[in-house]
Amino acid sequence: MNYTVGIDLGSTTTKAVVLGEDGTVLGRGITNSRSNYDVACQVALSEALINTRFSLIAGEFRGIARDPSQATTLIGALERKFRAEQYRSQLRVLDTELRRFLSRLLTRPPAAAAIVDRIVERMHGEIDALYAEGARRKSDFFRDLAGSRYLALAEDEARATGVSFDLLAGLFDKAILDVENSAEAAGHFDQHAAVALAGLPGADPALTTAVARVSALTLEQIGSVGTGYGRQRLPFPEGRIRSEILCHGLGAHAMFPHTRTVLDIGGQDTKAIQVDEQGIVTSFQMNDRCAAGCGRYLGYIADEMSLGLHELGPIAIQSSAPVRINSTCTVFAGAELRERLSLGEKREDILAGLHRAIVLRAMSLLARSGGVKDEFTFTGGVARNQAAVAALVKLVNENYGARTVNISDDSIYTGALGAALFALRSAGSRECRRTA
Amino acid sequence: MSPAPTAAAPARKDDSQVRQKAMIARHFDRLAAAPETGARTAYTFVPGNLTELLLSFDVLPVLPEINALQSAMRGKTAEYIAIAEKHGHSEDVCTYVKSDIGMMKSGNIGPTGQRLPSPDLLLLSYTGCFTFMKWFELLREEYHCPVAMLHVPYQADGRITDAMRTYVVDQLKQVVIPKLEEVTGRKYDEDRLREHLARSAQAEDDLVWVLQSAKNVPSPIDAYFGAVYYVGPIFSAFRGTTDAVDYYRELREEIAERIRQGKGPVTPEGEVERERFRVVVEGPPNWTSFRQFWKMFADEGAVAVASTYSKVGGVYDLGFRHDPDHPLETLADYCLGCYTNLSLPTRIDLLTRYVSEYRADGFLINSVKSCNSFSAGQLHILREVEARSGRPGGFIESDLVDPRYFSAANIKNRLESYFQMIEQKRPGVAS
Repeated sequence: MNYTVGIDLGSTTTKAVVLGEDGTVLGRGITNSRSNYDVACQVALSEALINTRFSLIAGEFRGIARDPSQATTLIGALERKFRAEQYRSQLRVLDTELRRFLSRLLTRPPAAAAIVDRIVERMHGEIDALYAEGARRKSDFFRDLAGSRYLALAEDEARATGVSFDLLAGLFDKAILDVENSAEAAGHFDQHAAVALAGLPGADPALTTAVARVSALTLEQIGSVGTGYGRQRLPFPEGRIRSEILCHGLGAHAMFPHTRTVLDIGGQDTKAIQVDEQGIVTSFQMNDRCAAGCGRYLGYIADEMSLGLHELGPIAIQSSAPVRINSTCTVFAGAELRERLSLGEKREDILAGLHRAIVLRAMSLLARSGGVKDEFTFTGGVARNQAAVAALVKLVNENYGARTVNISDDSIYTGALGAALFALRSAGSRECRRTA
Repeated sequence: MSPAPTAAAPARKDDSQVRQKAMIARHFDRLAAAPETGARTAYTFVPGNLTELLLSFDVLPVLPEINALQSAMRGKTAEYIAIAEKHGHSEDVCTYVKSDIGMMKSGNIGPTGQRLPSPDLLLLSYTGCFTFMKWFELLREEYHCPVAMLHVPYQADGRITDAMRTYVVDQLKQVVIPKLEEVTGRKYDEDRLREHLARSAQAEDDLVWVLQSAKNVPSPIDAYFGAVYYVGPIFSAFRGTTDAVDYYRELREEIAERIRQGKGPVTPEGEVERERFRVVVEGPPNWTSFRQFWKMFADEGAVAVASTYSKVGGVYDLGFRHDPDHPLETLADYCLGCYTNLSLPTRIDLLTRYVSEYRADGFLINSVKSCNSFSAGQLHILREVEARSGRPGGFIESDLVDPRYFSAANIKNRLESYFQMIEQKRPGVAS
């Protein structure tokens, strides 16, 4: 089966979107960009292809299921078991790497090996619960999931045994890089799918048939386009590289065809983009060399407050009296933050003010690009942050009046979707040339 | 999208380039020798300068702006700016000023490695930039020399009136010429001035021909980066000299030959073999990363077919030529007509006209952080020119000579996006 893929190699995360030949989104994949761009690209694509196979399995299964009303539940159960197997596979690699780095230490406490044993054993024991039905996971990334458990367990062990926590944490920091830098660590679809199926005894046999059919499918890539800050690192020819601005414009158009203005707040930059009725970019403005007000700003604030990035929005949205933070300069905002804390201001009010400051900077770019037209689509990682969204909606309304503000659950994939659509168009035009 | 056009092996220097280099070297030799020869020097500015008048008094012009941009191209401005900041100049002021002050504090070594003489006169022919006045106030405190200020009215209505012209001519007669007479001990010689002005007009004809050669497809020149070299002599110490006349005649012949051969412009990386994008550029170049900046265009096959920066000293393609029959009036018109003295509507008209006449795919603004003369109103210009020309505008931000303001990744990202935007908007392009 033929597919095209768009890969958005961003500064923080790498996203891949797989399209069928009819332009339907079949799969999405995401991973961290931070350790190795080439591997990030492979992992995101591999994730998107796994996601694609699950879409195809769902399609197949719905057609042959004994009880189609149960199809979604069964597919969900299968996917959770599959993800658990992936996690187990990565945890095995982590275990190996932890021991390798431990053996390299010049001075290692005698208890260290046993501590690593206990931590990894506990983590293995928690996998089923982590992927149980209804379980909430704070991240999609192995680094985050495994890291938070490893460090918590290491803290307990350090307290109980007197072995240095820093030593145990340092081991993880080294070992996790090798897990992230190995595209193989997450294992293979067929193996995990077989184990996942075996974990569903008594399930409709048609599910086995659907998995077998989809596993046997050869997925052939007929086009690819790369975008994002790391696009030059992608293994694509130069002609298959598109700027994020064009990709976000086209991706937003595909998600919301009436979109005329697009705002993308990514990790390192903010783009205000105007598109026409075809999704073609007509003008854009981008932040200058200063990345104030971009996603990294939120990361900095989270570090300052010893919070997780994902915790900022939920806390800020609880504010009833946001403080006015004037600076969009990351460093100055840090100073304002500390001053406000010392004055006894509430954390949620300060955070709400910081989110507003980010959006004020974006408002300036929007104004420079030609204003906010109806409909308006907010894309990029920050679009997942409800406090940023709330501030944006309020300021857009105050400055431009009522506007339809679109935010997709898949907003983080907008650039990759646009890239995949460019790939599909190019593949289509090549096909035309071949048949002409 | 087709593969990026390649720039071939670096070309040899053209004869005109060799000639220009020798001219500049001779000029700096004369400046370095001034303390011994007793030659008088005047520091002055590029836009609307009075080179012919200075030459008629045998005064050698020194142009601090040119020194600053040359320092940037030699990688010296980070150091000079740091020195100026140590002396109390803040981060956001014109970086030409800080580079100049830093250079002066470092021994006033010019672009050729020779020491520049102190000025006998600071000649401020103010044209559209208030910072110039503050710059020369600072220099006056350092050099303790006379200052002659020529106030030039702003072209608010987009035209030069008789009253404006008379106002400038009166100042030339009552302030500037007497000051030059005082500094040099010589009498004003109008016949000598006429001779210089006649040579200016001759060189200006050839320069305009060269700049307008970019109307050819492909363009034989780059009218932004390449034009920096072409306008060097006419906007600096050479206008009105036989050197300039000879240089522009030779340059014109070289460009005529390129047209005959159907060749594109020469860049530091070699010739642009395939012209993919024709753009009009507004705003000065970035000097600290000039070559890298140019390469970003050349790598994409983007050729600047017209620019406003190449008119910063005087907008000859609106018809102006120095007129030896009206020597002071023509100097007044030249000062009044330089690009930074034009109103926003005039600049918009000019850019729109360039987009059309030079068959450009779009226009690009390089908004310079520390130059308000150029940058104020540029977003307005962008929207207006887009609306009138129907061609897409692009916007990037950098600085004149402060390397801290050039973010290569950011500018490259914006340029690539802009060129891809042009590509996407071409009729019949699917992807």
